[in-house]
Amino acid sequence: MNRHLLATAALMSLASCSTKQNIDPMQQVGPNPVLPKPAQGLIASVGVAKVVGWKDGQTPVVPRGFRIQAMATGLVSPREVYPLPTGDILVVETQRTGTEPVDRPKDPIRDFIMSVAHGGGGATETEGAKGGPPQRITLLRDANGDGQPEQRTVLVDHLNSAFGVAVIGNQLYVANTDAIVRYRFTPGQTQITAPPVKVIDLPGGLIDHHWTKSMTASPDGSKLYVGVGSNSNIQERGPEAETNRAAIWEVDPKTGSFRIFASGLRNPNGLTFYPASNTLWTVVNERDELGPNLVPDYMTSVRDGAFYGWPYSYYGQHVDPRVRPQRPDLVAKAIPADYALSSHVAPLGLTFYNGSNFPSGFRGGAFVGEHGSWNRTSYNGYQVVFIRFVGGKPVGKPITFVNGFLGPDLKARGRPVGVAIDRTGALIIADDVGNTVWRVSYAGRPPAA
Amino acid sequence: MADRSAAALRTPIYSLLLAVAVTCFIGALVTDLAYLNSGGNLLWLNFACWLLASGLVFAGFGAVALLVSILRRNAGDWLQFGLLAAAWVVEFVNSLIHARDGWTAVAGVGLILSIIGALLILVAGWLWQSTRYVVAGERT
Repeated sequence: MNRHLLATAALMSLASCSTKQNIDPMQQVGPNPVLPKPAQGLIASVGVAKVVGWKDGQTPVVPRGFRIQAMATGLVSPREVYPLPTGDILVVETQRTGTEPVDRPKDPIRDFIMSVAHGGGGATETEGAKGGPPQRITLLRDANGDGQPEQRTVLVDHLNSAFGVAVIGNQLYVANTDAIVRYRFTPGQTQITAPPVKVIDLPGGLIDHHWTKSMTASPDGSKLYVGVGSNSNIQERGPEAETNRAAIWEVDPKTGSFRIFASGLRNPNGLTFYPASNTLWTVVNERDELGPNLVPDYMTSVRDGAFYGWPYSYYGQHVDPRVRPQRPDLVAKAIPADYALSSHVAPLGLTFYNGSNFPSGFRGGAFVGEHGSWNRTSYNGYQVVFIRFVGGKPVGKPITFVNGFLGPDLKARGRPVGVAIDRTGALIIADDVGNTVWRVSYAGRPPAA
Repeated sequence: MADRSAAALRTPIYSLLLAVAVTCFIGALVTDLAYLNSGGNLLWLNFACWLLASGLVFAGFGAVALLVSILRRNAGDWLQFGLLAAAWVVEFVNSLIHARDGWTAVAGVGLILSIIGALLILVAGWLWQSTRYVVAGERT
């Protein structure tokens, strides 16, 4: 009852709320982002693009010389794409299920705002709350590599808010939100009927605030790396809820044992090894409600055993005033990230360009899928950016590579999530609210087969 | 004065709503102090948030009941209404501050507003009860 009263009151105030945003996002990219003082307004600035979807013939926009086409439409919330060497592309259609328990009157208000962001129109948090959204991996078969799949099958169904996928040998590993499971899988197979075998439980549970478990295999296939996001913004659910969270796990797929590889990473996604190296990279969603220009989300190489600050500090030793008890001992160990992406862009996908279709300047560079902001009144993100790499390190500023996810009316036609490079060297993009998988190829010369 | 206040006894709804609001806003202050004293046990912050929300609902309905009562000249006066409205506004702003995550939801502005809100509603409650007390005394 009073939920609705409060929601209405808060939203009315939100509408009239204007916050100065006088830092350009481009000042907050690269290794040394400008960090203003924390600004906790009376109400956290909020702006979520209403989802309208793609009309027939509408596509995101790519630079001159490139071509974008819809590889698959009519999907339901595709969030991750995983191309196989055979040319098949696995698409993880997934949503969170259920809603978080209400600790404070604020929680239902926040859930309402988030539901707008996911196209729910504010009725329910997700389609999952209504029961029965697809929780599956769809296989797209594009044998001739023209970007038009000849076959589309449901590879495996009835997953539990899955996100990460990895194939090692003849095993398909799937990171559900509460466990890693594996299936026997021979590349070329279009349907899996055998039941899964559990490898290891992951932190799920009643709250499961950051539920996407990003996953990748080490280059030699001996280990799995899993991103386990925090259960809160800055530990406001209590420290107990954060056990083994805000961390990247290293899992032995044979024994199902794990250790914490790195910690203090609020919501790590896009786990990927840099091509021809043993360096793990991730993109991380940093904390909210310190103002529209804090804290910049980032891309970083992940050092074994390193602590990246969350929740006690950000960007190294910038102490977050909200977290008590404080931990100066941990703050002293916190290291800053390699490369800031600017505030609230919500990076959820990362891939390195290891193909040969794109011009040579792209080789070794990073594509990042920025899902788009909610905690600022002027939108940030809602695009796929490219960051050039030289000698395995990011250089220069991010370049907008694919945009048009926000229309001129500032309504969201789609939002990019997972990104990957297929065997032809094309960039594949999962668009969760646009329900589409996009494929970007270079048209300047014929695609390499 | 005696006539108007005596009528308060016949309109108990405002007395009831006010009593709950007083309890909630004082409870919010007490739980704020408990939170700060605990060094950040979030249980107390959650309690404070619900107490503020409940207090706002009861004080809000109380304000409506009081307004109706004043306009019908049953009981109450504009000073009472002003104190209640001021407490409501202060605690509404306070509930926004308390919606922050963690320490800064209370330390500083949150605590100060909790003190001001509690004082305002206490004075409102004291004035209201004292008029009733005088009436009861005069009657015997």
